[in-house]
Amino acid sequence: MEQPALDIRNLNVYYGNFLAIKYVNLSIPRNQITAIIGPSGVGKSTLLRALNRMNELVPTCRTGGEVLFDGQNIYDPRVDPVEVRRRIGMVFQKPNPFPKSIYENIAWGLRINGFRGNRAQMDEAVERALRAAALWDEVRDKLHQSGLSLSGGQQQRLCIARVIALQPEVILLDEPASALDPIATLKIEELMRELKRDYTIVIVTHNMQQAARVSDYTAMMMLTGEGERSGTVIEFDLTRTIFTNPRDKRTEDYVTGRFG
Amino acid sequence: MTRKAFEQQLRGLLEKVLVLGSMVGQALLESTEAFRKRDLETSRRVVERDREINGRRFALEALTIGLIATQQPVAGDLRLLAAVLEIVGELERIGDYAKGIAIINIRMGDLLQLPMPVEITTMAQRATDMLHQALVAFVNEDAEAARAIPKEDDKVDALYLRIYRDLMGQIVRDPSLIERVNWLLWAAHNLERAADRVTNICERTVYAITGEMTEMDVTWDELEKDNGGPPRPCSPF
Repeated sequence: MEQPALDIRNLNVYYGNFLAIKYVNLSIPRNQITAIIGPSGVGKSTLLRALNRMNELVPTCRTGGEVLFDGQNIYDPRVDPVEVRRRIGMVFQKPNPFPKSIYENIAWGLRINGFRGNRAQMDEAVERALRAAALWDEVRDKLHQSGLSLSGGQQQRLCIARVIALQPEVILLDEPASALDPIATLKIEELMRELKRDYTIVIVTHNMQQAARVSDYTAMMMLTGEGERSGTVIEFDLTRTIFTNPRDKRTEDYVTGRFG
Repeated sequence: MTRKAFEQQLRGLLEKVLVLGSMVGQALLESTEAFRKRDLETSRRVVERDREINGRRFALEALTIGLIATQQPVAGDLRLLAAVLEIVGELERIGDYAKGIAIINIRMGDLLQLPMPVEITTMAQRATDMLHQALVAFVNEDAEAARAIPKEDDKVDALYLRIYRDLMGQIVRDPSLIERVNWLLWAAHNLERAADRVTNICERTVYAITGEMTEMDVTWDELEKDNGGPPRPCSPF
């Protein structure tokens, strides 16, 4: 594998005294879609949020180990977490556009991140982001309507556009389609496949068929053992392998629905 | 868990594969026996019953495709269903070989049978035994057994080679036998091919259980190398 986009080494995440994820080692391949799957409560979202220091917003959360991004540990005290979150963007389960116009949803993020262009340049940046998120044709005539007037699927693509506008290198998606209907879901999946040309994508999903459809690689998470409460990555491989011939019996049991 | 209905459907599917397998095995034995005895009545029945074999194969395919569409199987389940699709195809072809032998018998008309080499009955029995063992290994998910069965194919090939040599000798001694020898050779060849198809079933069984795709049919090349055997004749059916 070429230089991975993110290199996770011996990652532990605690909430207070509770070790939520334990000893995760994983290389996230560049310009590929990596899915994180596993039962509820094994720490999939915790792992995802550890990849752009989003966990730090939880007061009791502590992180050990390293996440190397371009050779630099993002947890190094000299690293600015805001810059990390710009370069490694995140989209959440529930679409959360700002209660502002479609245009402002994108322009605002650009401005607070130091955009210094004129009006025409801003128009251009907004259009570019909306096009990249496959939303432009649907909203070009109503850019100044509220972002909240859009359908759920459109709102989620607006949130993706908002992330893209900041020109990140990695996009993290936490169950991005779980609140959407099947057609809107397929649109998001199609968009992800287009985006992977320019971005590295990591997606947490409960929907195994979605992981199978959309991702190139899959990381399977499980609790570390019987009676344990910490989760870890037990198998990582090509998605095709995970869904046709997984090595770990626990992965087989989970993907075939025998688990739990 | 939600697998209960799916497990039942899988079991039902495997039982139906076994039924198809027994029908095919029986067709192979009956058509060979009818050929040996020049029993045209039984041969016609074998030809007739091949329709049912084909119909059941299609029904099993439809059932399997239905399960794939509705259950969206992955991993071991997916490999099992993919293997069923292949295996029912192999069974249908073995059925065709049985039918082929029956048709040879019918087409021979009132030509007198040559003294039948005993090997042809043995071949049919061996091929049918292999078939039954292969299907048992498949439904019991016994990869070890499935790996062992193709070695039996050597014995079927060796019998075929003996028949071939014996018949070639007869032509040399009496060239007027050539047509009858030809019919017999085709029949024996059908049995040889049937056993080869069992090897394919074993390959699919190992795949379903382990995910490994391995070629198991290497015996013919070795046989040819060691014994200077015959070119593989082409079946006219």
